[in-house]
Amino acid sequence: MPALLQLDKATIRFGGLTAVSELDLQIGRGELVALIGPNGAGKTTAFNLITGVYQPTSGAIFFDGQSIVGQKPYRITARGIARTFQNIRLFPSLSVFDNVRTVFHLHLRGDVRHALWRGQGYHAEEKSIAQRVLELLEIFQLGKFRDEPAKSLSYGDQRRLEIVRALAAEPRLLLLDEPAAGMNATEKVELTRLIRFIRDKFQIAILLVEHDMQLVMGIGERIVVLDYGVKIAEGSPEEVRANPKVIAAYLGD
Amino acid sequence: MTEFLQQLINGLAFGSILALIAIGYTMVYGILRFINFAHGDIFMLGAFAGFYLAPKIAALIPLPSIAGTLVVLGISMALCAGLGGLIERLAYRPLRKRPKLTVLITAIGVSLFIEYAGQFFFGAAPKKFPDILPVWQVTRIGGLSLNSNQLVVLGVSLVLLLALRFIVLKTKIGTAMRAVSFNPEAAALMGVNTDHVISFTFALGSALAAAAGILWAINYPSIDPLMGILPGLKAFVAAVLGGIGSLPGAALGGIIIGVTETLVSGYISSTYRDAIAFAVLILILLVKPSGLLGKKEIEKV
Amino acid sequence: MNFRHAKTILLAAWGVSLLASLAASRINPYWLYVFYDIGIGIVMAVSLNLINGYTGQFSLGHAGFMAVGAYVSAVITNQCGDLSMFAANGIFALALLAGGLSAALAGLLVGIPTLRLRGDYLAIVTLGFGEIIRVLLQNMDKVGAARGLSVMHGWTNLFWTFGLAAVTVYVVAALVNSTYGRGFMAVHDDEVAAEAMGLNTTKYKVTAFVVGAFFAGIAGGLYAHSKQFITPGGFGFMQSITFVVMVILGGMGNTIGVILAAILLTLLPEGLRMLAGIEHLAGFSANRPLSWLGETRMIIYSLLLIVLMLARPQGLFSRKRNAPVK
Repeated sequence: MPALLQLDKATIRFGGLTAVSELDLQIGRGELVALIGPNGAGKTTAFNLITGVYQPTSGAIFFDGQSIVGQKPYRITARGIARTFQNIRLFPSLSVFDNVRTVFHLHLRGDVRHALWRGQGYHAEEKSIAQRVLELLEIFQLGKFRDEPAKSLSYGDQRRLEIVRALAAEPRLLLLDEPAAGMNATEKVELTRLIRFIRDKFQIAILLVEHDMQLVMGIGERIVVLDYGVKIAEGSPEEVRANPKVIAAYLGD
Repeated sequence: MTEFLQQLINGLAFGSILALIAIGYTMVYGILRFINFAHGDIFMLGAFAGFYLAPKIAALIPLPSIAGTLVVLGISMALCAGLGGLIERLAYRPLRKRPKLTVLITAIGVSLFIEYAGQFFFGAAPKKFPDILPVWQVTRIGGLSLNSNQLVVLGVSLVLLLALRFIVLKTKIGTAMRAVSFNPEAAALMGVNTDHVISFTFALGSALAAAAGILWAINYPSIDPLMGILPGLKAFVAAVLGGIGSLPGAALGGIIIGVTETLVSGYISSTYRDAIAFAVLILILLVKPSGLLGKKEIEKV
Repeated sequence: MNFRHAKTILLAAWGVSLLASLAASRINPYWLYVFYDIGIGIVMAVSLNLINGYTGQFSLGHAGFMAVGAYVSAVITNQCGDLSMFAANGIFALALLAGGLSAALAGLLVGIPTLRLRGDYLAIVTLGFGEIIRVLLQNMDKVGAARGLSVMHGWTNLFWTFGLAAVTVYVVAALVNSTYGRGFMAVHDDEVAAEAMGLNTTKYKVTAFVVGAFFAGIAGGLYAHSKQFITPGGFGFMQSITFVVMVILGGMGNTIGVILAAILLTLLPEGLRMLAGIEHLAGFSANRPLSWLGETRMIIYSLLLIVLMLARPQGLFSRKRNAPVK
């Protein structure tokens, strides 16, 4: 069985700058992997490669054994990769409920015609969607905000809502881009618990980009370290922590 | 061949007027990232300022004369510069932090207001612009007839463009303009008074548009309150063609649009002339949205 | 609003329109034409609201689509002689449909190249498309070029005007109030996030343009068969602006508000005209006849736009701050 996600020498250049260079990465089903590195190491760029926002200059990317290079972001999401953003990108004027509901169009059986005709099937389907959205919101204690516009939520709730919205796509791989950004120590502990919970409850693989070493060491089963777009280390938290190249990259020479 | 040269010169004169207007669009876009829809109407007001000033100036300096023309040009430019700054202060500045669409809609509102208030006060019927510039002996080289007015248009445009280049590249305020256009937040942190720079940019652009209005009226002496709409749109297209934000680009774009339109209406069909600029616009945006001399912007994710 | 009963409401609206239409002979003809204008305004504003309001695009060329529908339907019905009421209405329905479909095709042509443009660039390109349609019509001798085209049949009536206005409102509301349709608003809020959440943003934007243009085409057909004379100049930039003002005044993405705004802005010039009439009778404006009204209407529109944007960008009838996000 092929790995869930596999990057083979994935490279992207912007003009003269090589943002990600020959990155090899494998993620198995249900695995929890962290991608770390100093600022500007190319972590978010790697995310944008996987999700189809950028196209690799060279190299290959496979999801579940099939190449996803050249696919539009929305197709990649439909195949089972969902993401969050470093600087939260919710649909600010939509309600909390609608933020999640929107994503359910991926699982709709009917299309535009259903919405226009509004027959029995349409109402039944909308009802079941509403139920599933509410279930998801309840799991993450967001049910009480269902009719509030997303922009009115607190920062931490917005972060959680963004994760819920990504989960609504029923992904097999969830990409979290710096989920701890802007959080204090208590919130970070909470987040660590949440990420583990998601993995266990939804049985999905998670790839996490993070800046915060402490958080990553506590959570990642496997850690990949990027520096200047190049993978400089990979292994368990202990292995990575002991790696002299990693120490040099983080502390400077 | 002579006919071709003739058309080319007509096109250059028209194009250099467009270039003067296009500069205003491109400067404002460079700094605030929005299309100042009302810019074409400043061009119209420039021409009308000339129309109402001319009889008053004539009492002091006999018209038509070069000195009188320069005075009319200067006062009209100054008036419009003040007006441009005022519009920015009243309508756009309160919206600086608002969504771009809000500002765009306001700009459309300002534009319509100037046009229809213009119709109300000046009257909707076209007016004949007075002869303020002496027309010299029409020069004939071969079969080519050169109108002295066209030469004046080319000459004045060139002088103004050089003056602008000097202001932007060599003066303190010009440096501040470039800094704000590069990164407004950083410029503000470095002590640049961005409000001041933005007002100045509007004033400068409006002065050039007013000059374009006078030059236009000298060449095509029928003026009306809606005369700014099409030249304004075409000049905007010129700015996009040249690469919005780029001053040389705006000048180049103006010339290209002016010449193309004149040649097409001369050789193919004049009834389609007003569609040409838009066809060009759609083509550029499809092929090279950053324009001929512009830089590409990538949206950060 | 309860959309479970949407279809029932639609049928009721048809019934009322039909009854009103049968009673039309009792209505003062002047007001009848004002009603037509209101219905047409609703179709235009509600369909534009799908593009500019819900989907967050900015089209300044809606009158161009209206022109396509007006000319196509007029050319079709002008082929017909005098017909029985039944045949006339049948032909008229087909002509309106043809007008709508032609406009939708134009919408597709506009929609595709403009997809990668945003905000003000999109605005100016749609404006350009509208102008190109106008210039093309001005060069078509077969439809009278700049002189305009006489439309033989005044087949527009209350049934068609308000029946189709109801259809427009139904379609836009049904589209938007569904899981599928929330995607339009998601595109409005954040295109990048929408794409990342599996929404084909391109398809949503093109759909908005095509559906919006379709109804603008239908409105064009109604307009042509109400005025019975159309010119390319009548569908210019200024006409598009009128519809944009309706959408902004009503509140972008607020269908009810936009309907109210369409009614208000259609009645406003009529009200001004009446005021002027009174003034005129009283001898106040003997030297300034009615002609100045056209100008003041646009002055009022423009001031309305500026003041709204400064003070109430969400529109007159929206409680929520639904102002554009981008």
